[in-house]
Amino acid sequence: MKEYLWVAFFLLVGIAFCLGGFIFNWFIRSNKPSESKLSTYECGEKPVGSAWIQYDVKYYLYGLLFLIFDVEIVFIIPWATIFKGSATVTALFVEMVIFIVILLVGLIYAGKKGALQWR
Amino acid sequence: MELLYNTERLVEIIGDFLQSCKGYGIPEWVLTLGGGVVVAVIIAGFIAVNTLILVLAERKVSAFIQDRLGPMRVGPWGCLQTVADALKLLQKEDITPKKADRLIFFLSPIIVFAPAVMAYVAISWSPKIRVADINLGLLYIFATGSLGTLGIILAGWSSANKWSLLGGMRSAAQIISYEVALILSVIGVIMLSGSLNLENLISCQKDCWYIVYQPLGFLLFLVSAIAETNRAPFDIVEAEQELVGGFHTEYSAMKFAMFFLGEYASVFIASALCATLFLGGWQPVPGLPAVVPPIIWFLAKCYLIVFIIMWIRWTYPRIRVDQLMGFSWKFLIPLGFLNIGLTGFIMAIRG
Amino acid sequence: MTTHKMTLNMGPQHPSTHGVLRLVLELDGETITACEPHIGYLHRGIEKLAESKTYHQFLPITDRLDYIAAPSNNLAYCLAVEKLAGLEVPKRASYIRMIIAELTRIASHLVWLGTHALDIGAYTVFLYTFRERELILDIFESYCGARLTTTCFRIGGVPYTIDDGLKKQIADFIKIFPKKIEEYEGLLTKNPIWLNRTQNIGIIPKDTAISYGLTGPTLRGSGIDRDIRKVNPYSCYDEVEFVVPKGRGIGDVYDRYLVRLDEMRESVKIITQALERLPDGEILADCPKVIPPKKERVKTEIAALIHHFHIMTEGFELPKGEAFLSIEAPKGELGFYIVSDGGNKPARLRIRTPSFANLSCISEIGKGVMIADMVAIIGSLDIVLGEIDR
Repeated sequence: MKEYLWVAFFLLVGIAFCLGGFIFNWFIRSNKPSESKLSTYECGEKPVGSAWIQYDVKYYLYGLLFLIFDVEIVFIIPWATIFKGSATVTALFVEMVIFIVILLVGLIYAGKKGALQWR
Repeated sequence: MELLYNTERLVEIIGDFLQSCKGYGIPEWVLTLGGGVVVAVIIAGFIAVNTLILVLAERKVSAFIQDRLGPMRVGPWGCLQTVADALKLLQKEDITPKKADRLIFFLSPIIVFAPAVMAYVAISWSPKIRVADINLGLLYIFATGSLGTLGIILAGWSSANKWSLLGGMRSAAQIISYEVALILSVIGVIMLSGSLNLENLISCQKDCWYIVYQPLGFLLFLVSAIAETNRAPFDIVEAEQELVGGFHTEYSAMKFAMFFLGEYASVFIASALCATLFLGGWQPVPGLPAVVPPIIWFLAKCYLIVFIIMWIRWTYPRIRVDQLMGFSWKFLIPLGFLNIGLTGFIMAIRG
Repeated sequence: MTTHKMTLNMGPQHPSTHGVLRLVLELDGETITACEPHIGYLHRGIEKLAESKTYHQFLPITDRLDYIAAPSNNLAYCLAVEKLAGLEVPKRASYIRMIIAELTRIASHLVWLGTHALDIGAYTVFLYTFRERELILDIFESYCGARLTTTCFRIGGVPYTIDDGLKKQIADFIKIFPKKIEEYEGLLTKNPIWLNRTQNIGIIPKDTAISYGLTGPTLRGSGIDRDIRKVNPYSCYDEVEFVVPKGRGIGDVYDRYLVRLDEMRESVKIITQALERLPDGEILADCPKVIPPKKERVKTEIAALIHHFHIMTEGFELPKGEAFLSIEAPKGELGFYIVSDGGNKPARLRIRTPSFANLSCISEIGKGVMIADMVAIIGSLDIVLGEIDR
């Protein structure tokens, strides 16, 4: 567990590094805000409407596919770690081929249905 | 001089010194904390200095490719240019747009930078130099890599700027395309070594680097890693000709610098990972005597990969966002599966 | 879930609108559903300005139209005035004009190629093209002393001749340049990312191109080989041999890219021929009414001094009438329409600029494309705002 204390410690280090930079900057920066400086940049024109609207990102289906595949990878990684030196290598391999083929069929099906396209 | 050369010995001496301090009645926790702070300062210093070097290298490499000199004025051969740039950024006015979501606008550079620092915990620099020996090191680095993207999405959203928003959403598109391809590309390596621990991965490559067994995996990893770190030709997130500044359009001063530091820190992590997984980490070329210290070998390999990434950046045009997703899902991911199948097939045949 | 469309200003301060073009985009995600160009941020009233300047005085102002191809503007204006005045330009002057105009075409296409490639993200091509453009600007500097706003022609001829030194400088450039084009092509023409980003993007069909009055490489990219240098030759263009490239006939961004690259090669051919055949003789027309006396005479003869002073201050009067003349500028058909009421200043001057017409089609071809494609399309139209806003 000691290793993961290091992880937590480095999270703090990262945050402290940023905050240190911000604070240092805060001490020596110039600060002369003005109306136009604080306005939102939209190529020199007044922004039209708000940026916080619901708009169509077009890759929604990719997102679903990503969820599925990311979960599948969770299954592949443990398999890959025990593959080397296993007594039943051939059986393991056939199992994974079946698994991957099913995944690939799914991917091809998604492609055929047009999920792999921006619409 | 001997000590500088033999970094292993240096680490031992520091360890011995800390041990000997115990004799003077200094409590244990002070020593542990002191050691931690020393390590943290070294790593943070490395990230900062490394970024300065990489930015200068980037400018010099691009200048070399483009038939010009690059920065030449600040310091000899322009080598202090990035130091001057960093000092300039430090004293810049920090602007938060009125319409922005102030809290998230403030937090997102930290969310980008902190995970990049965290990734350095697992890196194995040489046989003895590493922060911690994390058992699932590989997965851990991938996890920190995806966390950074979250910061980019938040930065894009919180700026309340349409260009930033588009950049942030593109970042989301990128992560859901390349995350899968990236992990698939290293499955072959995991199969060969049977471990997720970077130490084990390196020691498995004593006789032959994995780039020999996994050439396809190496290429897939390189492409996906470039995409994950938002480097050209996959730099659609900040594509300045399209989205002005992308997600960091509204950022200035240190907040902007943090994005910059985070980007170069993760570029280095990606190349360090590439060197660890495919180029034998800190080990010398098989068959060569170990004259040069391992850490030098490791850094040399890292910078080689960094150079390749820069070379690609200054050669290729930028790919479009839908083409980027299509490229990953229709090309990289099937190839990644093919690589797993081939590796498994050959391993099964050879027992 | 209901989604909304987003209205977004692209420009005037945007890295890839080539100056101060403003496009108001209506976005559905990344896809552009409507696109409306707004122009006028660089309006200087050049046409109105002409009415208060003598014919000679207006010449330097024409440089500011398409400022990356200033000699072409000078040429079009000089030819139009000469047409109205009925001036005959000596052959040597015509050849010099042709050489400079073709160098201008190469320089302008180099800027286009560099910025177009930069818009699509290929940084290196940009610096390569500017390296070669520098050589052309050096030639301009040797010729007339100026690099960008050259004012390098005069009404009735050219002010300077091309001597042996300059001839060698141009010949040296022409010799190395074809290899440089190969270099750019090596980075782009068969690059899969470049092909993906340019092929079948921003298609302008033939009839659309004609109905919007597109000219120049933008028109020829759609497969119509109309070139003023062939259709209505001026400045001895009928005496040199060259081909008018017209691309693959699809009319996409890639076609326009191919056309401009081929045009640079044709320009090299024209310059080579013109340098070989450069005739001897005068470089200014023999017309004391329009052309001021030489400086040596001004310094020694009182009559010449008065004459010079008169032309410089009063200018010259043109007969009542009107004339329109257009040339094939790098970006397309550049025409000057001059109305004279018999005075020493134009009563009305109107400039038909190619970029203005070429930009007009953007609302039509910009529908349904993505933001990244819009950037590629703007680049492929090769617009200069100085010329659009005037």
